[in-house]
Amino acid sequence: MTDQNIPLVEMKDISISFGGIHAVEKATIDLFPGEVVAVLGHNGAGKSTLIKVLSGAYRRDGGDILINGEAAEIKNPRDAKKYGIETIYQTLAVADNVDAAANLYLGRELRTKWGTLDDVAMEANTREVMGRLNPNFRRFKEPVKALSGGQRQSVAIARAILFDARILIMDEPTAALGPQETAQVGDLIKQLKREGIGIFLISHDIHDVFDLADRVFVMKNGKVVGHARTQDVTKDEVLGMIILGKVPPGAVPGPGAMKVA
Amino acid sequence: MADMTHSTTPHASETTTTARPEGNLVARFFRATEIDTRMLGMIGALLIIWIGFHILTGGLFLTARNLWNLSVQTASVAVMATGMVLVIVTRNIDLSVGSILGFTGMIMGVLQAQYLPQLLGFDHPAIWAVALIGGIVVGGLIGTLQGFIIAFLSVPSFIVTLGGLLVWRGATWFVTSGQTVAPMNPSFRLMGGGAEGSIGETWSWIVGIIACLAIVAAIVNARHQRKRFHFPRRPLWAEYVLAGVGFVTVIGAVMVANAYFWPINIARRYAEANGIPWPEGGLQIPHGIAIPVLIAIAAGIVMTFIATRLRFGRYVFAIGGNPEAAELAGIKTRWVTVKIFALMGVLCAIAAAISTARLNAATNAQGELDELYTIAAAVIGGTSLGGGLGTIAGAMLGALVMQSLQSGMVLLGIDTPFQRIVVGIVLVTAVWLDTVYRARAK
Repeated sequence: MTDQNIPLVEMKDISISFGGIHAVEKATIDLFPGEVVAVLGHNGAGKSTLIKVLSGAYRRDGGDILINGEAAEIKNPRDAKKYGIETIYQTLAVADNVDAAANLYLGRELRTKWGTLDDVAMEANTREVMGRLNPNFRRFKEPVKALSGGQRQSVAIARAILFDARILIMDEPTAALGPQETAQVGDLIKQLKREGIGIFLISHDIHDVFDLADRVFVMKNGKVVGHARTQDVTKDEVLGMIILGKVPPGAVPGPGAMKVA
Repeated sequence: MADMTHSTTPHASETTTTARPEGNLVARFFRATEIDTRMLGMIGALLIIWIGFHILTGGLFLTARNLWNLSVQTASVAVMATGMVLVIVTRNIDLSVGSILGFTGMIMGVLQAQYLPQLLGFDHPAIWAVALIGGIVVGGLIGTLQGFIIAFLSVPSFIVTLGGLLVWRGATWFVTSGQTVAPMNPSFRLMGGGAEGSIGETWSWIVGIIACLAIVAAIVNARHQRKRFHFPRRPLWAEYVLAGVGFVTVIGAVMVANAYFWPINIARRYAEANGIPWPEGGLQIPHGIAIPVLIAIAAGIVMTFIATRLRFGRYVFAIGGNPEAAELAGIKTRWVTVKIFALMGVLCAIAAAISTARLNAATNAQGELDELYTIAAAVIGGTSLGGGLGTIAGAMLGALVMQSLQSGMVLLGIDTPFQRIVVGIVLVTAVWLDTVYRARAK
């Protein structure tokens, strides 16, 4: 790991509410280069919402986002991409009716010198990236609709890594996948980590991410229960944080921690 | 699902696709030529309609005269259908196109018949162009306004354009308090076809030859690009078949257009005006391709280019496929929507120019019910109301199908109310077939 002093991402006291309901309240999380941080919690704990603030899908009501120690303005997905933040969404946000190349370059199409789409170059690059990621992938000319869940997922991941992401957000990256494809995603995460990319893994299932993550943040009812290095806590202790909000000795308590009477 | 992966191996040799003797002859033919079966179905339906009417009318339908008229009558709706494809692809609808056509037509009529002659002088050579540009600007502004309300004020397009249907039709009336404006400027009238508004025999052949060269260039270029990146290529014979079909279509169309001669009175006047002696058997001057048809084809080519070669077109289809994904990918989806409707407005104005020029007048009722023909053309042409699917060429072919039905019924002497019943039934059937097709495709 590189410089440990300045976090790649620091989200400070982030709050966001929808119609009076506090989806996220004063949440603070950080991420260092080459680090995998898991954000855990039940469905509705606010973890996806928090991370969508970072990816630009939602606008925060309060708090600060620092990228490399500097305040960042993230108002929409385009802003986030400017900071090198790429997101792979739980819902596999792909356009079903166009092919893999069109999806990979969606919003950032390569163009020829006449300003038209350079489909040939885009497809050639797509073949190269997909060849590295998923050598079995062959169906380049077909709409993404015709692909299996795993193939669609590899398209979504390829899109994120194609543009030299520095910060990768993966929201339930393996929810739609079989065991073999899940293992592939695990290998990919390790590879990206070696390249110095910071990765947020969002999951409600601790078993998916515990072995991959360096640190875990646990959220409950929109607040951060606490965070810990995975080497300092056990899976059961983290489960206790998720379910009860009980913070074990190895972890740092947050605002959402259970008050000990 | 057929195995589509066999030919995508890198460095696929020339014969990979043919070396696979799988399926019967017909299936292999379609796979090799990569012809879209849906498009083919539409062409089949068109041929059935044409031959059916030809038999029913006792040989009146498939004549040079009728086919030439059919092409001119199709032009206006075909122009609008090219834009309606993009509208429907993004899961919107535009019910106001007929009224925008009426309004912009009236604007162009008033400009060239009342205002511009006073301003520029009667018979000024630029009158037609200024009137046309004026109409296009107004159409674009109307479309922009409607698109803005749809995209930024989040009013459903169905409602905005339903309102537009009433507003612009009402506005048409207000321009002249309901009076018809006529006649149109002689240069402007060329856009409507007729004997003067056709390009004649020689130019028709030149256009035909250019079209044939373009077909060859497109096939050679596509093949070259596929070769460069080791994509699978069609077998050579399939390329020849496609080129052959293209040639026959183009040359056939030119021959038909050249086989329809000027009406005898116009030819006689022309002969007198140019001092040509009137021959015994009459003077046979071929019409050639009509200018409105060329305008429609140009609109089709430009719109196809926009839809398939530009970023904007890519975004249109991505939004239609998954609006949320498009938004998350950083596409400014609202501005794309505004642009689509602005483009639709411009196309309505071009269609209005064709139709006012053809009628030689701008009337209150111009373009009434055209929204239904336009939507029907797009849907029959394979544009899916579920969004994300559709082609410009298909929609133009759809317009030809609708107009063929209409003309055929007129030739058969079927009353207008019954014609409308048939058109309504065809529209519903087309959407039903689209639903069936999409359910199968899953």
